[in-house]
Amino acid sequence: MKLLNFIFLISIFFLNKSHALIEIDITRGNLDPLPIAVSPLHVDIKSEKYKDLKIKNLGDDISEIIERNFKNTGLFNPLKKDAFVQKPDIAHLKPRFEDWRLIKAQALVTGKLIIKDEKLKVEFRLWDLTAAKEMTALAFTTTPSNWRRVAHIISDKIYERLTGEDGYFDTRIIYVAESGPKNQRIKKLAIMDQDGFNTKYLTLGNELVLTPRFNPTNQMVTYMSYFRNMPRVYLLDIETGTQDIVGNFPGMTFAPRFSPDGKKIIMSFAKDGNSDIYTMNLESRLVERITDHSSIDTSPSFSPDGKFIAFNSDRSGLQQIYVMRSDGSNVKRITFGKGIYGTPVWSPRGDLIAFTKMYKGRFYIGVMRTDGTGERLLTENYYQEAPSWSPNGRVLVFYRETKAGEKGEGFSAKLWSIDITGYNERKLSTKTDASDPSWSSLLSK
Amino acid sequence: MNLGEKMTIKTNLKNILLLIFTTLILSACSTAKKSADIEGDVYTGKETVEYLATGVADRVFFATNKSSLTSASRATLRKQATYLRKNKSLNVTIEGHADERGTREYNLALGERRANAARDYLMTYGISGKRISVISYGKEKPVNPKSSPISWSQNRRSVTVKVN
Repeated sequence: MKLLNFIFLISIFFLNKSHALIEIDITRGNLDPLPIAVSPLHVDIKSEKYKDLKIKNLGDDISEIIERNFKNTGLFNPLKKDAFVQKPDIAHLKPRFEDWRLIKAQALVTGKLIIKDEKLKVEFRLWDLTAAKEMTALAFTTTPSNWRRVAHIISDKIYERLTGEDGYFDTRIIYVAESGPKNQRIKKLAIMDQDGFNTKYLTLGNELVLTPRFNPTNQMVTYMSYFRNMPRVYLLDIETGTQDIVGNFPGMTFAPRFSPDGKKIIMSFAKDGNSDIYTMNLESRLVERITDHSSIDTSPSFSPDGKFIAFNSDRSGLQQIYVMRSDGSNVKRITFGKGIYGTPVWSPRGDLIAFTKMYKGRFYIGVMRTDGTGERLLTENYYQEAPSWSPNGRVLVFYRETKAGEKGEGFSAKLWSIDITGYNERKLSTKTDASDPSWSSLLSK
Repeated sequence: MNLGEKMTIKTNLKNILLLIFTTLILSACSTAKKSADIEGDVYTGKETVEYLATGVADRVFFATNKSSLTSASRATLRKQATYLRKNKSLNVTIEGHADERGTREYNLALGERRANAARDYLMTYGISGKRISVISYGKEKPVNPKSSPISWSQNRRSVTVKVN
């Protein structure tokens, strides 16, 4: 799988830096989403055939992906196409602003595409209808089979222009695909586009696999596998498919994550019943012990600057979240609220820690500042855990399980996402039951 | 409200709660002697239990988030130790498990701790550590798939399995 370098920006031919009238504040829940019209992209009639791609529909298909991305943010309200007032090619040249304003649109996306010499060329423009001017215009050239990624990249560019923050649409989610009865689950590593398309399975399901996590460049994944009944941390190269055991530990290793520079894996190693946190440098193979305590220390997560580690420990009796320096010194407990806390994950922005909280038989996903203050619970349910951050630090993906009956019936595990504002909770579409999600960084950055 | 007031309210609340608890326990004792398959959060029944040999149960059960052995668990493990002493060529794996009401990674550590609690006890009864390997499955292999306090108590277990 060639992940990188297959989309190249040909030209940024016009970027209007003047102050726009429309902008979206994404720091609080948006109850009044921005009405946006996404015109189908005009397909050039001179387009050549490419494999079994349905070129005639490509303009509609790309605009629909953009619309779905926008709708899923909860920040935009994509308008129905039957009300559209101009043909795609004409609108792309110069929209009649007052006509689009009549259908209550505030922003308009137009574009056109052509396939020539086995290359797909797409250009799009974002128009500010209130100010009656162009805000952004971009053109891409790529392999035609990457057309879905083009739609995601356009979505990211528009999101960035309108919110002032990085987008998160040209991303993937790696997770554990689950099937079979609850007490005989088959689990496989699976990877999909953020919108649920292009699902691929990376393991066959012969052994139990858990907790996959991307490295910063999204080419490697660390996860836990019960291969040959030896529960250990593994490293998987997504491009080549090669899998390697991480280190030579004489017992279970688990709860792996990459350091922010991608050079180390941090994980728990269980010896004689006690779990402590270790790092292993992937180049030098050097293993360092970070915690040395008779309690359970697990679920470590680096701060994005690599200076601190948040982790889970029951050294005070029950599961709580602690923060220490990355050399293991200066350990501080940060959770003192009611209930018990697990799965700390440091935000890519560095300002927040996402966590799972268990209180009176209910499970919560929440965020707090890195010193434990400002706790906000975003969602409550029967069972949910394992939040993972969108690369812009605005959305969390996690998994949720339902109650099971006598024979395990009624049980399901699904991926959900929620904005850190606490708004816009929604179920992600996955081909199978799913758990342990991990969000990639932007693929085209 | 100052801190002193808060404290008195807290103690009062505590007293009330205590009263409610005592009443509950008393009424539970008088009415339903049969709900005794679970004692202080630890499963005490026979359902799901298998046997290494006649009278030698293969598993012990734990309280929520705990890995300490109850006196019943210790009695079971002493029987396992006697059995292992008689069958000197036999090796075992102890599987540690957790219920589904906890985070996955913590449960892996908890299962490991439970399996080792059982292993350590067998070793104090003279069984060589070399004969006992451990593996934690966390919450991955529930014996009872139902979402109920009773099945969770059956799933919080360590199971001694013959390997040869």
